[in-house]
Amino acid sequence: MSALALLPAALVPAAAPETKVGNPWINIGIFAAFVVVTLVVVLRASGNNKTAADYLAGGRSFKGWQNGTAISGDYLSAASFLGIVGAIAIYGYDGFLYSIGFLVAWLVALLLVAELLRNTGKFTMADVLSFRLKQKPVRIAAAITTLVVCFFYLLAQMAGAGGLVSLLLGISDKTGQSVVLIVVGALMIFYVLMGGMKGTTGVQIIKACLLIIGAFVMTIWALAMHGFDFSALLGAASDTAGTSKILEPGLQYGKSITTKVDFLSLGLALVLGTAGLPHVLMRFYTVPTAKEARKSVVWAIWLIGAFYLFTLVLGFAAGALIGSDEIKAAPGGVNSAAPLLAFHLGGSVLLGVIAAVAFATILAVVAGLALTAAASFSHDIYGSVIKKGKSSSAQEVKVARWTVVVIGIIAIVGGIGAQGQNVAFLVALAFAVAASANLPTILYSLFWKGFTTRGALWSMYGGLASSLVLIVFSPVFSGGETSMIQGADFSIFPLSNPGIISIPLGFLLGWIGSLTDRGSEDPAKQAEMEVRSMTGVGAEKAVEH
Amino acid sequence: MSSQPSPAPEDFLRVQSEPRFTKLRSDYRRFAFPMTALFLVWYLLYVIFAAFVPSFMAIKVVGNVNIGIVWGLLQFVSTFVITSLYVRFANCTLDPEATAIRTDLEDVAAARAARGDADSVEEVRP
Repeated sequence: MSALALLPAALVPAAAPETKVGNPWINIGIFAAFVVVTLVVVLRASGNNKTAADYLAGGRSFKGWQNGTAISGDYLSAASFLGIVGAIAIYGYDGFLYSIGFLVAWLVALLLVAELLRNTGKFTMADVLSFRLKQKPVRIAAAITTLVVCFFYLLAQMAGAGGLVSLLLGISDKTGQSVVLIVVGALMIFYVLMGGMKGTTGVQIIKACLLIIGAFVMTIWALAMHGFDFSALLGAASDTAGTSKILEPGLQYGKSITTKVDFLSLGLALVLGTAGLPHVLMRFYTVPTAKEARKSVVWAIWLIGAFYLFTLVLGFAAGALIGSDEIKAAPGGVNSAAPLLAFHLGGSVLLGVIAAVAFATILAVVAGLALTAAASFSHDIYGSVIKKGKSSSAQEVKVARWTVVVIGIIAIVGGIGAQGQNVAFLVALAFAVAASANLPTILYSLFWKGFTTRGALWSMYGGLASSLVLIVFSPVFSGGETSMIQGADFSIFPLSNPGIISIPLGFLLGWIGSLTDRGSEDPAKQAEMEVRSMTGVGAEKAVEH
Repeated sequence: MSSQPSPAPEDFLRVQSEPRFTKLRSDYRRFAFPMTALFLVWYLLYVIFAAFVPSFMAIKVVGNVNIGIVWGLLQFVSTFVITSLYVRFANCTLDPEATAIRTDLEDVAAARAARGDADSVEEVRP
């Protein structure tokens, strides 16, 4: 690559191949320290994990601020940290648009979902959806959409880990990357098996603190280099880019009317998807009351909002100090902007911290996803459908643990298989499925008396199927330069983001399905759900030890 | 786990039609629904302007800071403001109403359980 020649000599250690930045041993050392600290947390949490409420919901005894910090740790995935900083550095303003969707989305969770969900459910999204509808079909549908969303999200994280390994540890061959993926996956399985929700939450809290403090320090540093003048930083970014277009919307999405509509579609999925993400919803069950669930979201909003403000500064700082050509040429491409900026500012040590945080991020997010998928399988499929509600709490925990092992193996194999594939679309797709298949049913069942089982099934399966079918027939799969399948073109749907069609369709199907359903639901159950959701009567209490 | 007696189905039906419950529900919805509509419209307007009218977003306000960046930062501000407004509303208005109804219902359930009404003591369902 000719752009590599532009790399300043300081960035390229003389004896190392030119793809390596910083000192891999420092990166590994700091990450190992993180692993040791979190292992202690996980092992300390492993004592009280006998019942399902302990293992899957942390005994419902977390404080609002703890849960809020863990939520932000769960939500600020490698995609949002490395991805957004990189997107702002290269595409400027258009990268900033992502972070706004990710933040505003939390208002849906705060105003409409978190508290009511906490009051009516136990472990999973399906608890709420099947409360007053027919248990078996609704639970199966909700478990399927939960598992699909978790799987896409998980695969995106693990595939991202491969790129990160080549950038931060200087391992660029496939075998070496696969070994690292196996280590990350095995660590995750161990954490979740031993620590359950308590251990996972501990890991997420530690990771969130490291990530937010690290980003804060870099933000202040980058601002200080520009005299604490944000306008000067923007000026420097546009000077390096050679165009002020980087400060305006349109570099990434402004090419044609199709890309603009595509962006609108993505924006819809981001803002409506968050409150339907199963691993986010599950976190609301780890606090004792609806009021603490509210506090959790408030904490999460402040932390996530502050963090995205940092990424705005960091993205433009990376654009100004390093420049998009150099970032694109580095191993890891767009994702390398934040690590390169860390190296530019604080040398090997700061790079090591940021690298360790990035790995910790993948570990923590993957752990949360595995636990969510395990809860859904053991509680919804095994407990409620196979055993028809007659399973004991200990049996559900046992099944959940086995599910974690299976999911961990799937994650490792999927991560290795996805190496070199363009799977960046998977996170956006997970949001689209959550917004089209999960959110309509959640809102209808909480707020609409006339909602029926058929409405729920049509909405969930319709939202899921339409998202998947549209993505298969989109340029993501075929017919484009970066499509997954090269040399074929069956892209009859022009948009890469299905949300603008699939989300309204999910809502519409829920409505039509309910209207055409002749069987009516039990009014006593509806009354119970409404009274419980609004007042918290009979809600699951914290476990006393 | 929850060893507390659960209210009976007729209790829930009765409470659902009580004025104080319908007041709680309408207080909540009258805040949450319009606010949701407001921030969704505010966000979608922003996204539509960013996608389709970039020249407007590019107008400089102060130094290199343009309308797009200001509007983006205002999305952060509005999110923080709506969060704070909701927390205050929920703490001052919703929580006392909800607690009163919950306490009464729990008393009814406890009294029913004390009378030995076996049906209402079963474990809370889902």
